[in-house]
Amino acid sequence: MILLAPLADDEAPNPWFSWSFVRDNNDAILAALRQHVTLTVESVLLGIAVAFPLALLARRYGKLATPIVGLSGVLYTIPSLAMFAFLEPFVGLNQTTVLIGLALYALVILVRNFLVGLQGVPEDVREAARGMGYGSGRMLWRVELPIALPAMMAGVRIATVSTVALITVGVIVGNGGLGQLIFEGFNNNFYRAEIVTGSVLCVALALVADGLLAGVTRVLAPWSRSRTS
Amino acid sequence: MSAFGDAVTWINDPVNWRGRFGVPHLLLEHLAISGVAVGAACVVAWPVAIWLGHLGRAGLLTSSLSTVSRAVPTLALLTIFAATPIGFGDRATMVALAVFAIPPLLTNAYVGMREVDRDVVEAARGMGLSSWQVVRKVEVPLALPLIAAGFRTAAVQVVATASLAALVAGGGLGVIVNDGFGRQRPGQILAGAVLIALLAVITEVALAGVQRAVTPGRQQTRTIRRTVLRRRVP
Repeated sequence: MILLAPLADDEAPNPWFSWSFVRDNNDAILAALRQHVTLTVESVLLGIAVAFPLALLARRYGKLATPIVGLSGVLYTIPSLAMFAFLEPFVGLNQTTVLIGLALYALVILVRNFLVGLQGVPEDVREAARGMGYGSGRMLWRVELPIALPAMMAGVRIATVSTVALITVGVIVGNGGLGQLIFEGFNNNFYRAEIVTGSVLCVALALVADGLLAGVTRVLAPWSRSRTS
Repeated sequence: MSAFGDAVTWINDPVNWRGRFGVPHLLLEHLAISGVAVGAACVVAWPVAIWLGHLGRAGLLTSSLSTVSRAVPTLALLTIFAATPIGFGDRATMVALAVFAIPPLLTNAYVGMREVDRDVVEAARGMGLSSWQVVRKVEVPLALPLIAAGFRTAAVQVVATASLAALVAGGGLGVIVNDGFGRQRPGQILAGAVLIALLAVITEVALAGVQRAVTPGRQQTRTIRRTVLRRRVP
């Protein structure tokens, strides 16, 4: 929490950016940034952990693909404010509410991209691997995952960028990371320096994360040029 | 769970269906904010997309536009507009929502125009149609399925995001949730969440119908699969 003296009146200077604000509120800004990064990493990892087995299931049992993709589509239509409001009465006014909500959205994006990636593995490649004596576990790890990796990483990038932006709505349950700065700036007589600091950091975080993940994709799958869907 | 019971009680209480903060008034407000935002975005995005698509430029521009727009939090834009002469409340919300509706409208219409069969366009030119006639009579009608897909994506996203207006002292159904948090009433919070989610799902289903109506059978699965991935998280 940052406590700032409200501005006296409209005549008070209200710059769009101020170094003294950043200096004076260093700790609070860093704390908000830390919460933002933690929440992003946790939700995307949680999303991956659930999405991957779901995508495998959907691919193995073709009949499950339609309900899994359809249900996740409905989930994706629910607005974030409503999602947090659904969770809050049961989970509470805390970071976990934001974490679960965001992991669910990430899950939707990831399941689709993982499935597209896995379905993109050519059947004759799989046939050849089987002919060479690959069992299903080894085939997944050594043959299918490397081929599906670029499409899967494209999903992880989209999910990460979306999550970073969406955490700000967590202000409704008091855990919005950099959103707390933005929202407090708004409530502090539209204190522009605070709003802009939070917003700029948020966009920068999203773009840095996207760039890092693009780099990771290039290292893990140097044979493919990174694609976005 | 008692929160569910409280939510049912809240929904059934006639007090919550009357006056300035009653459900019908907030719903109308929500729809008005969304309608203005989507309308304004269409007026800006469609002519630009159709023109660029006709010329065949700006493929890179449209694809980077969606990444950048995904990275900007809605809340950031809402509060930034509120701190400008636009002011807080519904007006800031409408401008912010319109800005976020532009990328899906623009991208889909652009791609739709680019995917029109070049042979058809050549044939139309050969028949002596002017550039303007080619756009109006050939390219736009053939691009209509993707233009409709973009409209559905943008409209659903706007209706969903309009609930955030309440955070910057605006109206709409988000007010119920925001007020519920302010007074710590789990039932009201839950009831508001249900209403917002219902509205979003109904909008989605209705516009999916519109999209199907303007899409010839062969293209349907392809078009629908592609739109879902292009949407911002609501």
